[in-house]
Amino acid sequence: MGTLKKYNGRLFTTEVLMVLVGLLFLVPFYFLFVNSVKPFGDIMTNSASWPAVFKWENYSKAWELTRFPQAFSNSFGITVVSVVLMALFAAMGAYWMVRSDTKFNKMLFFLFVAAMVVPFQSIMIPLLKVINVLGVNNSRTGLILTYLGLGAPMSIFLFHGFVKAIPLEIEEAATVDGCNPYGVFFRIVLPMLRPMLMTVIVLNTLWVWNDYLLPSLILQKPDMRTIPLATFAFFGQYTKQWDIALPALVLGIAPVIIFFLMLQRYIVEGIAAGSVKG
Amino acid sequence: MGNKKMARLGPQLVFVGPVLIFFTIIMIIPFLLGMYYSFTDWNGVAGTVTWVGFKNFQQIFTNDPDFWKSFWFTTRFTLVGVVLTNIVGFALAYFLTKGLKLRNVLRTVFFMPNVIGGLLLGFIWQFIFIKGFSTLGDLTGWSFFNLPWLGDAATGFWGITIVFVWQSAGYLMVVYISSLTNVPTEVMEAAEIDGANRWQMLKNIIIPLIMPAVTICLFLAISWAFKMFDLNLSLTKGGPFKSTESVAMNVYVEAFQNNRYGLGTAKSLLFFLVVAIITIFQVRLTKSKEVEA
Repeated sequence: MGTLKKYNGRLFTTEVLMVLVGLLFLVPFYFLFVNSVKPFGDIMTNSASWPAVFKWENYSKAWELTRFPQAFSNSFGITVVSVVLMALFAAMGAYWMVRSDTKFNKMLFFLFVAAMVVPFQSIMIPLLKVINVLGVNNSRTGLILTYLGLGAPMSIFLFHGFVKAIPLEIEEAATVDGCNPYGVFFRIVLPMLRPMLMTVIVLNTLWVWNDYLLPSLILQKPDMRTIPLATFAFFGQYTKQWDIALPALVLGIAPVIIFFLMLQRYIVEGIAAGSVKG
Repeated sequence: MGNKKMARLGPQLVFVGPVLIFFTIIMIIPFLLGMYYSFTDWNGVAGTVTWVGFKNFQQIFTNDPDFWKSFWFTTRFTLVGVVLTNIVGFALAYFLTKGLKLRNVLRTVFFMPNVIGGLLLGFIWQFIFIKGFSTLGDLTGWSFFNLPWLGDAATGFWGITIVFVWQSAGYLMVVYISSLTNVPTEVMEAAEIDGANRWQMLKNIIIPLIMPAVTICLFLAISWAFKMFDLNLSLTKGGPFKSTESVAMNVYVEAFQNNRYGLGTAKSLLFFLVVAIITIFQVRLTKSKEVEA
C-alpha cells in the first residue's frame, strides 16, 4: 500500500511533520545526554542548553558507584542462560505437542494458552514461597528457573503455531531413512524453526533484560544485582544528585540501545511476526 | 497399539517434560497455592496458617478504600492509556506506510523507547518532569510546563500516561505497519477510482481490514496498562497519598510492606479475574468485527 504513489508536495509535508514528531520523541534522550555531562550547577541553572563544558568524570563516578561491570555481567549471564534454555525447551515442547496429538497434549496446550492471561502479580506471592521451599532463593539459579516457567506459555504458543505450518513429509522421509524422533527434531525441525526462534529470543531478551520486579524479589545480595536493580538502589541513595544519576542512567540504557540498533531488523520483524500469531 | 504408545512415551517425556516441569513449579503450583492462601491469614513468616474463610474478601469489599482507589486509578489509566497509545501507534504506522523517504530511520526512532525497561524510563522522565519542564517553562513562559509535575494526583496521572504512550506506541506501530502493508493495493485503487476520499478509505476500507491488528494491539495495550508497575514505581511510587497507586502496586505493598500475605493473595486473585474477564471480552468483541478482504 502507498508506495505506488509519486513523491509529491503533500508527501513532503507529511515527511517534514513526521520528522518533527520524531524529534519530539528524541527530546528525552537529548535532555538525558546533555545533562549527564554537565557539572551539577549547570544542570540546575539551565537543563535545556548544550553543555558548556563536558565533565566526563560524571561517568567514571557513576561507573564506580553503580559497580556497572558487575551489574552488566549479572544481567548478561541471567538473560543469556534464561533466554536460550527457554527457547530450546519451548521449541521441543511445542514440537511434540503438535506432532503427538493426544488428549493430554491438547489439554496441556490449552493450559499454556490460558496461562498467558495470568498476570505475574497474581502469582508472585505464593511463587516466592515455592522458591524458598526449593532452597533457590537469593540465587541466579532460582531466578533463571522462574524465567523458564514464566516464559513458557508465550514461547510455546508462538512455536506451536509455527510448527503446525511445517509440512510433515520431510519428517516422514527422515523417519523412513531411520532417523529417530530426536534426530528429526534437532537435525531437521530446529533449523526450520529459525525465524520463530529469533522472534522468541528477541521478545524474551527484552523482557528478561529489563525486568525489575521479579529479580528484586528473588535477588537480595547486592553483588547479584542486575542493571535495573542496581539503578534502583542507586537512585534511592543519590536522589536528586543528577550529575551522577544521569550518567548512571545513560550507562544503564546503553547496552539495550546498542543491542537494538545492531539487531533492529530482526527485532522489528520478530515483533511483527510474534504479534500476528498472537 | 500398546507398543506404539510405549514408543511415544520416551519422546513425550524428553520433549514435553522439561517445559512442563518448569511451568508446573513456577505457574501452576503458585496459582493453586494462591487460591488457598487467599482464604487464610498467612503473614509470610509464621509457621501456622489459619483458614479464615471469606474474611479477606469481605475486608477488601467492605473496608479497603485504598484498594478501590487503586482500582479506579488503574481503570482510568487503562482507558486513557490504551486509547491514546493505539491512536498514536496507528497514526505513526499510517503515515510511515505512505512512502516517506526517511521511513526506516523514523521507525527506529519511534520504536527505540520501547526497548528500554519501564524502571529506567521512569527515572529518565522523572528528571524531565522535574528539571527539564521547569527549564522549558522558564524559556517559553507556558504555564503547562510550570505545573507541579508528578507532585499532585492530576499531573501524576498524566505524567505516567505520557510516558506510557511514549514507551508503547512504537511497539503497536510495528504491528500496525505489518498489517497495513498487507492491505491489497487493488482494493485501495478501486476505491480511489470510485472517488472515495482519504477519510472514507481509512474508515470504510483500511480499518475494517486491519481489525486483526486492532485486536492484538488492544489486547497488548490493555494488559500492559492494567499490569503497570515499573513506571508507577519509578515515577510517583504511587504518591502523593496513594493517589496514583496502581492495583499491581497495591498488591505488592499489601504483601511485601504490610506483610499481609493472605490479604495480598486475595487481592491478586481478584486482579487475575478482572484481567482475564476484560481480555477475553475484548478479544471476543474485536474478533467479531474482523472481515476478509
